[in-house]
Amino acid sequence: MVTVTEILETMEYGPAPEASGDVRAWLAARGPFGHFIDGEFTKPGALFGAVNPADGQVLAEVSQGSTKDVAAAVAAARAAQGPWAALPGHERAKYLYAIARHIQKRERFLAVLEVLDNGKPIREARDIDLPLVVRHFYHHAGWAEMLAEEFPGAAPVGVCGQIIPWNFPLLMLAWKIAPALAAGNTVVLKPAEYTPLTALAFAEICAEVGLPAGVVNIVTGDGDTGAALVAAKVDKIAFTGSTEVGRLIRRATAGTGKKLSLELGGKSPFIVFADADLDAAVEGVVDAIWFNQGQVCCAGSRILVAEAAAEVFTARLTARLAKLRVGDPLDKSTDIGAIVHPVQLARIHDLVAEGQAAGACLVQAECQLPAKGNFYAPGFMTGVAPANPVAVEEIFGPVATLTTFRTPAEAVELANNTRYGLAASIWSENVTLALDVCSKVKAGVVWVNSTNLFDAGAAFGGMRESGFGREGAREGLAEYLAAPEVAAVPEAVALPPNAAPGAGAVAEPLDRTAKMYIGGAQKRPDSGYCYAVVAEGRTLGLAPLGNRKDIRNAVEAAHKASSWGKATGHNRAQVLYYIAENLSARAAEFAARLESAGGDGAEVEATIRRAFYYAAQADKHDGAVHATKSAHVTLAMPEPFGVMGIACPNDAPLLGFASLVLPAIAMGNRVVAIPSETMPLAVTDLYQVFDTSDLPGGVVNIVTGPRDDLARTLAQHDDVSAMWYCGSPEGGAMVEAESAGNLKATWVLKNRDWQGAGAQGRAYLDRATQWKTIWVPYGE
Amino acid sequence: MMATPSPHGFARNVGVPLAPDWFEQVAVNTPAAERRAESLAGRRSLKKEWQAAWLVNAIRCMDLTTLAGDDTDDRVARLCAKARSPLAPHILVGLGLGSVQTGAVCVYPTLVAAAVRALAGSGVPVASVATGFPAGLMPLDLRLAEIRYAVDQGAAEIDIVISRALVLRGDWAALYDEIAAMRAACGAAHMKAILATGDLATLRNVYKASMVAMQAGADFIKTSTGKEAVNATLPVSLVMLRALRDYGTRTGFKVGFKPAGGMKTAKDALAWQVLMREELGRDWLSPDLFRLGASSMLGDIERQLEHFVTGRYASSTRHALA
Repeated sequence: MVTVTEILETMEYGPAPEASGDVRAWLAARGPFGHFIDGEFTKPGALFGAVNPADGQVLAEVSQGSTKDVAAAVAAARAAQGPWAALPGHERAKYLYAIARHIQKRERFLAVLEVLDNGKPIREARDIDLPLVVRHFYHHAGWAEMLAEEFPGAAPVGVCGQIIPWNFPLLMLAWKIAPALAAGNTVVLKPAEYTPLTALAFAEICAEVGLPAGVVNIVTGDGDTGAALVAAKVDKIAFTGSTEVGRLIRRATAGTGKKLSLELGGKSPFIVFADADLDAAVEGVVDAIWFNQGQVCCAGSRILVAEAAAEVFTARLTARLAKLRVGDPLDKSTDIGAIVHPVQLARIHDLVAEGQAAGACLVQAECQLPAKGNFYAPGFMTGVAPANPVAVEEIFGPVATLTTFRTPAEAVELANNTRYGLAASIWSENVTLALDVCSKVKAGVVWVNSTNLFDAGAAFGGMRESGFGREGAREGLAEYLAAPEVAAVPEAVALPPNAAPGAGAVAEPLDRTAKMYIGGAQKRPDSGYCYAVVAEGRTLGLAPLGNRKDIRNAVEAAHKASSWGKATGHNRAQVLYYIAENLSARAAEFAARLESAGGDGAEVEATIRRAFYYAAQADKHDGAVHATKSAHVTLAMPEPFGVMGIACPNDAPLLGFASLVLPAIAMGNRVVAIPSETMPLAVTDLYQVFDTSDLPGGVVNIVTGPRDDLARTLAQHDDVSAMWYCGSPEGGAMVEAESAGNLKATWVLKNRDWQGAGAQGRAYLDRATQWKTIWVPYGE
Repeated sequence: MMATPSPHGFARNVGVPLAPDWFEQVAVNTPAAERRAESLAGRRSLKKEWQAAWLVNAIRCMDLTTLAGDDTDDRVARLCAKARSPLAPHILVGLGLGSVQTGAVCVYPTLVAAAVRALAGSGVPVASVATGFPAGLMPLDLRLAEIRYAVDQGAAEIDIVISRALVLRGDWAALYDEIAAMRAACGAAHMKAILATGDLATLRNVYKASMVAMQAGADFIKTSTGKEAVNATLPVSLVMLRALRDYGTRTGFKVGFKPAGGMKTAKDALAWQVLMREELGRDWLSPDLFRLGASSMLGDIERQLEHFVTGRYASSTRHALA
């Protein structure tokens, strides 16, 4: 027994364990667990153990969900969905409020359960996870109340399959379930195999508050259960987890019409400028990569530090590292708990070893790790070149990499030198510099002089291969709402392009040479072939037969036109108005040509109106300042994707093209467009209009030819960030599947009445932009 | 067995020539400092024996203070009696401790003599405020004379106040010269420089004033007089500790830290000690490098310790008044 006198010498902290007796008693009494389906727990099926990562002991046994279990859960959710959606928003709000209140009353219970199951320190579960969970349900009780008023005409998506990871089990559950329920959806949620227990406790709370049966269903199990849920008859899949699995889900859902949101991996930059408060930045690292054992998708895992500050920063970071306490997650003085599973622990060891083999130097806390359990001493690696595997791969453990930079431009270049785009943290006391970097870094969430800030009122989610869709705030709620239905119009079927001569007499006496339009110049096709454009039995002319190399060239040209994204909305509006003006001057000619091809001359006037509409929107479709924490500015900014691919419908060859291309460029994107395969000449004439309208070269690129072949190349292109496709169901499925390569955002549109109301609107602008959330704490 | 801790035997800070480049470009991000300070209490927890020991340590590091207009010799004598025996005998027995004393007693200059008399033979040093405490708005020669008076009366430690105006004007040379002159006037007595951080408004000013005071030879830097609108806070303390760390890195000197004013509870005593341990380490949990300037905190600590010893919640009526 240690005495007060002895402690007075060492001034050590001593043990401060959080009691876990009540939780363990509940697990013993309640287990083994079945699934929660249709308001009741099922009889336990094939069982597997939920293991405490801190000691390897089985906490409880849970059921491995089968395809049948998933089907039963989906059926229950389906049956419950109509009545749930039919409830007044206020009634749904009351349920969400009750859930929030009940979680609040069980905060400590749930925090302890989370610690046992996941291994995170009790401080984090208690002070960070649980308050955010509660906040999320309160916030979305509010959205349920306001839904009809704020989203007129919108409907719930239906039944949502939700698959969540093991790093923040209950928090990710809240992020998934709260918005889904607020919007009138019902859910089948599969918690992670490693951490199912808080979801099961949450199911008890759903029963406790009297939530209608079937609104929330929880099916436990491993990846096979997840795959069964993805394949089940659900209307949406929301997934948080690895990029690898995200890709599988993207492919599996391609062409099914299931709405999809993916929140995936990251390798987020943590940029420290020389003028930063270096001590603040060091604490930032603690809250970034040494938070939750580094098992955080948005963790600032790539520290980029200015050469001028590197020595001092590294010394202070090393000193801070020595203060971290690794051990019993239930101890209130523990900073770093247990890694969730031995498999993860082994992965961390392997990756760090690879990094060392590639020349990095590991600085690690010299701490005594517990004899049992999955523990890893936190640290960081210096001398990490961008080519080192640890600079590229997500370690998902408490190890950051440290790389130096010379200039702000180089910092941005390094920051963006990744396939991911989830988050970024920027440290500088110079607000001009910090906000400049905010605008340039490719990330869905950017924290200035802070890190890992979350709030239900701020959107969270990634760009690039970190996924798409947002969670939290108005932006996140939209993921659980379906736009008003637009009637589909069957599209004219295109015959295979015929590049052989003799297809028919060319109608016009004077030969007209249609070319492709790439980088602001007319280009001949790489293939050297043209195909006959035929209408009503007459050959109207020849169009270039584009191929994959033309797509490659067009994408390169589009990338070069990057200044378009930085132009003001006003500037872009001026160009769109000018396009309308110049098209108007030649309206009769364009209309006549459309009519001579059997088309509708009215498309020209509609195209002019469309240009006016998106010119009007160019400087108005903007962001918001969200109400989150006090003394924080939280900005939501829609940003263009960058380079987009657009495959246009065969119908309405001019207006269909304009309806898709104009909103995209109005928001600052550059576009590679595949015009109507059957009647591309309506668009190839447009380049003269573009040229006279001050549209910078490369903003709109037109590649004519076989739509689905060209669309495939675009969908597969890793340097294209978003892809819209209007055409056949098979083509749409192909685009969605092929987009999995770089997880570009896709939008597969039905062919529609392009003169109708569904051919224009904010939905197009929403699809042309991705949200960036910027957090700027302030105070003196 | 525990007694008044022995000095650690490090060299006293003699100061360095004024070096504004050590602090003029300092960056202190206020929200980040507040975040760190706020989260600290949740990151470390002290229970049972450990909590008791840390509370006893707070007493060892306490400058038991009375700085009121109605102070009298007898009132000071009463305070000194409490400084000699801050804990009731049965609590000491329960803790397994021989004796515990406070780090010092802190009074106005005219009450130093009374305090010295009352503490004779105890080893508890007398600290005196000086230099026109609390505002410091007196001619420099009078302020220096006041230091000499207090030292002459037997004060072993002098808590000086700095001229806030010089900080707000950024007149570092004048500030340095004043503090250096005060340090010279202190002679062998240790000098604690009160920055009156509540008046300095920004954390950057706090850092800069800390650095100037250390460059001018302060043995301790101290947050507050207890008379400002805002006294010791954790974010301000954090910034002062970082200045102190940076000064130590550059010069090798260890300078002490004294938060003062506004800290009333045992919980506060733990929070500040955790801050010291986390930011600076074990050395800064001994009275030669850490003092808590407080008056009412001792009462709460004594109640908590009684509870630890007896298992029953305590009444202050059973503890000797300070």
